[in-house]
Amino acid sequence: MTYEELLSLEPYSLSQVRKNELFVELLGALTEKHRQMSYCYADIIRTLGYDRKEFQTVQDIPFLPVRLFKHLDLMSIPKENIFKMMTSSGTSGQQVSKIYLDKETASWQQKTLAKIVSSFIGTSRLPMIILDCPSVLKNRHSFSARGAGILGFSMFGRKSIYALDDNMDLQYEVVRDFLQEHKGEDILLFGFTFMVWKYFLQAVKDRNLFFDLSNGFLLHGGGWKKLAQESVSNEQFRQELAKICGLKYVHSYYGMVEQTGPICMECEAGHLHVSNCSDIIMRRSRDFSPCDIGEPGIVQVLTPMPQSYPGHSLLTEDEGVLLGVDDCPCGRKGKYFKIMGRLANAELRGCSDTYAVGK
Amino acid sequence: MTDLEKYTKVFAETFDVNESEVEKLEYQGIELWDSVGHMSLISALEEAFDIMLDTDDIIELSSFEKGKEILSKNAYGIKF
Repeated sequence: MTYEELLSLEPYSLSQVRKNELFVELLGALTEKHRQMSYCYADIIRTLGYDRKEFQTVQDIPFLPVRLFKHLDLMSIPKENIFKMMTSSGTSGQQVSKIYLDKETASWQQKTLAKIVSSFIGTSRLPMIILDCPSVLKNRHSFSARGAGILGFSMFGRKSIYALDDNMDLQYEVVRDFLQEHKGEDILLFGFTFMVWKYFLQAVKDRNLFFDLSNGFLLHGGGWKKLAQESVSNEQFRQELAKICGLKYVHSYYGMVEQTGPICMECEAGHLHVSNCSDIIMRRSRDFSPCDIGEPGIVQVLTPMPQSYPGHSLLTEDEGVLLGVDDCPCGRKGKYFKIMGRLANAELRGCSDTYAVGK
Repeated sequence: MTDLEKYTKVFAETFDVNESEVEKLEYQGIELWDSVGHMSLISALEEAFDIMLDTDDIIELSSFEKGKEILSKNAYGIKF
């Protein structure tokens, strides 16, 4: 099966057994391809002790620490085939990740994201409220990962408005008029978790405003660390949005610039799910062996999508716990999990977390 | 104005080029047709033709020529 065929399936239809078979084949071939195309990658995995061409299980696929993309120009294509370069969010003084895309991988990123998100919100594009300020896209040559995220999700909306002005103040009248204009229609809201909490929800509360968002679908992501510091849990986040705006459909996602596209979405039961397009393994810090269900570990993310850079198997700096396999009450197949936060001593790097530090 | 004239005008205005130069335009081929420019193009096309493009078509619309093919589909009913 090719990646394109994988994409054509219903996005949560593969059982873990079937996925393991497919992924060992796809990721094994991809590891070999990147090894041949990138001297740098070949050196790294040789140093890690991998010289096999055949892998028995998905767990045997070598993984790179995600941080390497900050220090090395890792790509598996000739320079003239670079179609786009993406960079991660990072506070000043931190180095940013550089991800090189060719046309195929760039298009797969968008198609993968579209497939996953439309399985939650449907295929028609909804009137959209971006819970952020317009200036994040002002400098089109170097917008942040925050800007890139907003842009990437904009294809699911139409007639988009920004709920905040460039001072991060809530534009009450703009939002009110927009909701009036689209009364009775479903509305898509998108924002980064910390911005949604701090600059939207808190402003609505402080100013005693009211919006009826009972037809709304909020998609949010980009770092929990700042909210955890303010002792806000996911549960509380959802409850407050429901209480204050009547917002019932609140879904977070887990993703990173190094694997843009195959994001993990939170289901109705509050669990993050990998789609057919990616997989996840939690690993023990002491020896990197795979954790059992319920045992917290370091998050490894895998996807057979990236053809132009060796980012198909990455060890993140996040800590997570696998909650189950194929048996979530929401009915989606595959693994579901939760993210506990960043590993101690890891850099600040979430889209919303880096904004918080800049202030 | 014919649909082709309208279509040509949207590209010329969005990307600030002469109407004689639009035919060879491709996504990422010129500075202004980057990912920000792409969303401006989509909005301008939707407004000019009073249509709503599907998400998949937004992704596929990667050149002036490809756009004509997409807009000619039954769902949009535009003839070039």
